[in-house]
Amino acid sequence: MNLYLDYNASTPLDVRVLDAMTECLSGMAGNPSSTHQFGRAARARLDTAREQVAALVGAHASQVIFTSGGTEANNLALHAVTRGRQPGRLAISSIEHPSVLEPARALAAQGWQLDLIRIDDQCRVTSEALIETLCQDTRLVSVMTANNETGVIQDITGLAEKARSVGAVFHNDAIQAAGKMALDFESSGVQLMTLSAHKIYGPKGVGALIVDKTLELAPLIVGGGQERGFRAGTENVAGIVGFGVAAELAKTQLAERAAHTRRCRERLETGLARHPEINVFARDAERLPNTVQLAIAGIDGETLLMQLDRVGIAVSSGSACSSGKTEPSHVLMAMGVDAELARGAIRISLGRDTTESDIKLLLAALGQQVNWIQKASQAAGW
Amino acid sequence: MNVKTPIYLDYSATTPVDPRVAERMCTYLTPQGQFGNPASRSHVFGWQADEAVEEARRNVAALVNADPREIIWTSGATESDNLAIKGAAHFYKKNGKHIVTVKTEHKAVLDSCRQLEREGYEVTYLEPESSGLLDLEKFKQALRDDTVLVSVMHVNNEIGVIQDIEAIGELCRERKIIFHVDAAQSAGKVPIDLQALKVDLMSFSAHKIYGPKGIGVLYVRRKPRVRLEAQMHGGGHERGLRSGTLATHQIVGMGEAFRLAREEMVADNQRILALRNRLVDGFNDIEEVYINGDLDHRVAGNLNISFNYVEGESLIMALKDLAVSSGSACTSSSLEPSYVLRALGRNDELAHSSIRFTIGRFTTEEEIDYTIDLVKSKIGKLRDLSPLWDMYKDGIDLDSVQWAAH
Repeated sequence: MNLYLDYNASTPLDVRVLDAMTECLSGMAGNPSSTHQFGRAARARLDTAREQVAALVGAHASQVIFTSGGTEANNLALHAVTRGRQPGRLAISSIEHPSVLEPARALAAQGWQLDLIRIDDQCRVTSEALIETLCQDTRLVSVMTANNETGVIQDITGLAEKARSVGAVFHNDAIQAAGKMALDFESSGVQLMTLSAHKIYGPKGVGALIVDKTLELAPLIVGGGQERGFRAGTENVAGIVGFGVAAELAKTQLAERAAHTRRCRERLETGLARHPEINVFARDAERLPNTVQLAIAGIDGETLLMQLDRVGIAVSSGSACSSGKTEPSHVLMAMGVDAELARGAIRISLGRDTTESDIKLLLAALGQQVNWIQKASQAAGW
Repeated sequence: MNVKTPIYLDYSATTPVDPRVAERMCTYLTPQGQFGNPASRSHVFGWQADEAVEEARRNVAALVNADPREIIWTSGATESDNLAIKGAAHFYKKNGKHIVTVKTEHKAVLDSCRQLEREGYEVTYLEPESSGLLDLEKFKQALRDDTVLVSVMHVNNEIGVIQDIEAIGELCRERKIIFHVDAAQSAGKVPIDLQALKVDLMSFSAHKIYGPKGIGVLYVRRKPRVRLEAQMHGGGHERGLRSGTLATHQIVGMGEAFRLAREEMVADNQRILALRNRLVDGFNDIEEVYINGDLDHRVAGNLNISFNYVEGESLIMALKDLAVSSGSACTSSSLEPSYVLRALGRNDELAHSSIRFTIGRFTTEEEIDYTIDLVKSKIGKLRDLSPLWDMYKDGIDLDSVQWAAH
């Protein structure tokens, strides 16, 4: 049995996305920059996808810059507003994805000052914490909509307003939030927003940066003038088409998907409440409907992962990008969680295809681990 | 003649995905297939994806005789060029800030160099000979003590000429200069042996050799080790040189395309060259045609040719049954004459009346014959309407004519 409960790491492709992509990959798809018929047909497909992606987040098609994924879009966001400028300060929330934190650290090595915004014990960036960090020289603020590990949702509109009051550009990584909650670029006050296709049942290798066109932005990849000069390179037509279809589905099915995962998660958390040994992180905060991060006191996260894997359940410890390492999650550490407990954390993320019986199986497997730990500790005379 | 139009003769802009490649890709796209994140170390979904990525890495390495550990996945040759040039220039800036490249490089190389100029680097843009090839003596003279990087493309995208990267590599290595080669247009068309060549960095693309768009590779030599400053951070994928979730299906597609190229390159080239020669022969009896670039040191599939006394845009319109290009796809939406042809010393008129025919794996003899007939008849018609052609036929030397302003 293979039970996939790691939808925040990657999602399976929707069959309608697959059909659209397969069609692009078969036959003669031209280079969208070519002026002949094959090129124009490819260009038209990109235009449709741009509309679809824009519609998901309440943006205009002309604000969409397609990239090779969320990591590139996050890097581009930070690069675009800092390159060639006099170094100033960056205010970055301490729970951002490495694809925001790492480029911010690279900028710090080039003379920018990196100010990390603290979070509270429920993984929230409060407006007080942001105000504390902001100063006259703050050029860029970056806060994600929903955290990939805990699923905690931030008050982006409120934070963006604070950031703009000091004239800082507000960047928002909405990769985990898109398709799981409603987003509106225009009304949020956000100026740069990152999206990724493979978290919304679209393909890997495609993302987008939604941009406020009044900003002066420097490209990261140059040479060819694609994406109105903001991102050079022959467009990944099949991938972008897949992203477009996935975005359209995410928009039409948003409420339904959220309600479904919320039901499953409630069932999961009701079951978990029977075990006081299991800690659910950021339980009191507003979270994405599909995400639960938990730890069982006394059991290491890697061990727990392996035990679950043995019975065919796929979950992750922290984010997949760092699951090759055994350091405790930087998100939990920023929340002030004890390092020992943080090392035990696993993330369960539910999706469209998760069923109630999947939840039963997971609960049984977790219950077994709790029993095993209790027996082991009794035997050891703890 | 039973030929479906428009006929695709623009294989250097992009190639169709080989059905065998598409099939392999789709097995990694279906919900039943292996959709895991290759960076997920904790479950079988991730492991399967990771194994597929590594197999593809071996296939890419095998075509160019490299070590799989020297293969870094990127989103395409443009990103590879950016990473190679900016990454090497930044990392080795203490060794010098002079770069040598060629005027006929792809925009991805030229624009990366321009960006470095704005950061205080000095760039020498060499002029090729009228054949499109570099004069090695002139190249040698351009190298300086503070030259840190050389970037020369293997095969030109517009005229298809093959540079002598073996000799250029020797000259660079002697002087400990990092040598980057954009091989987007040569992989699968020209044998590449990175064990023998003294190339440090090499850019590859999948969609020029029957793979998907949106995936490429940068080869980064291990011995002697070449280091780069990463352009994208976060996650530490690809040994820290290029972060971002790996697109398994894209990588699998590129791997399969390179595997097929290795098996079929010789046969493909033979067939394609025969078609190209047929095309050249077919144009033989048209007057005033000029082949742009050296015909011998050229990839099999390329024919770039100027039709004198024919206006470029009307030529493209007249040939709408053919999907061909007048310059590279990346610049074909502009009306500027090709900067590549200008660099060869072609005048504006000839540069404007140039057409690039690029032949590939799926081109047929019937398509070539149809093309020859169509071009012959259209050129004839356009010239019948051209006063310049009449003057030329009357023996008037057009270069000596004083045109009245109007």
